[in-house]
Amino acid sequence: METSRRPIQGTTIFDGAQAMKGYALNKMCFSFNSAENRAAFAADEGAYCRRFDLSEAQIKAMRERDVLGLLALGGNIYYLAKFAGILGLNVQDVGALQTGMTVEAFKAKLLAAGGGNG
Amino acid sequence: MAEVVGGLGTSHVPAIGGAIAKGLQQDPYWKPFFDGLPPIRSWLAENRPDAVIIFYNDHGLNFFLDKLPTFAVGAAPFYHNADEGWGLPVQAPFRGVPDLSWHVIEHLVEREFDITTCQEMLVDHAFALPLQLFWPDGDAPPAVPIAINTVQHPLPSISRCLKLGRAVGEALASWRGCKRVAVIASGGLSHQLDGERAGFINKAFDQQFLDELEANPDALSRYSIHDVVELAGTQGVELLTWVAMRGAVSASSKRRHVNYHVPISNTAACQLLLAP
Repeated sequence: METSRRPIQGTTIFDGAQAMKGYALNKMCFSFNSAENRAAFAADEGAYCRRFDLSEAQIKAMRERDVLGLLALGGNIYYLAKFAGILGLNVQDVGALQTGMTVEAFKAKLLAAGGGNG
Repeated sequence: MAEVVGGLGTSHVPAIGGAIAKGLQQDPYWKPFFDGLPPIRSWLAENRPDAVIIFYNDHGLNFFLDKLPTFAVGAAPFYHNADEGWGLPVQAPFRGVPDLSWHVIEHLVEREFDITTCQEMLVDHAFALPLQLFWPDGDAPPAVPIAINTVQHPLPSISRCLKLGRAVGEALASWRGCKRVAVIASGGLSHQLDGERAGFINKAFDQQFLDELEANPDALSRYSIHDVVELAGTQGVELLTWVAMRGAVSASSKRRHVNYHVPISNTAACQLLLAP
């Protein structure tokens, strides 16, 4: 695996190393496509995480809704988005969580990226 | 011989599906996006494709990391949508064109693309939304889905996706089963959902990408996937689907319509029509 790629600020490439690290975590989040599984998770989060063999660090990050921590532990945002769905969070909420901004400030940043309009 | 009547591109942010379900097309937030659609719908009404090819990326509905193909071609009579975990209404099944799928598959393998073929394939919002947007009355033509991995790196290069699109275009040119085919790209443009750089959008890059996609798509091959992540964001890599679409339509195609609007959700949203 390539290790000499130039870093991109605030960005983790979801490559083989991350995919191996996060396999169990992402597999659990993939299971959230099913309403029955979402309900089982909500009923007992810790037990559901252990059923999928998450590491202690991953279980802690899940418990703390620590999105950056989950990404560092191999989570992929497409799968983590299904966890966010259970929490009733949209991608602006998740963006705010990761950037340490309020949701309003995060939305204002997106609007500013358009320079006022398209 | 089928004629490729044109290529269409659109963003596929899941929230667009929510906006359709709630009838928010005229809401001030959504209007600039939905206002881009009538010219495309008029063009489709005039050009009446019998079938469509859809280049898109799966977001963890059909494919998981246990088996993740770089390129996957659907070969089913119907494609089912399903619960993706975030509350979008599940769409009625979409019609496929198995004969055309197998014709495309035969041609791609002959051209040395080692694709995965899928006789069952759930299709997520990235496949469904373009059909909902372009054919709001539910009368979309049958489709051949072609999924490109944008989830787990390594991803296929821009050059490879352009060649994939060109090989699909060749397959269509030798297809006798229907007369008129449109090619759709679903994804992009610049956006990033994850990390401290979440919310990254790059309008200047998107504009340059659209210009080059039209006039000189081969030049885009100078960007590595790492460059694309840096310039367009971690999910901006979905623009690979646009590159594949460009390859499938005639080289002389021109931009007939474009609507670029920032932001829709976390994304620089765009609709594009390329046609000879």
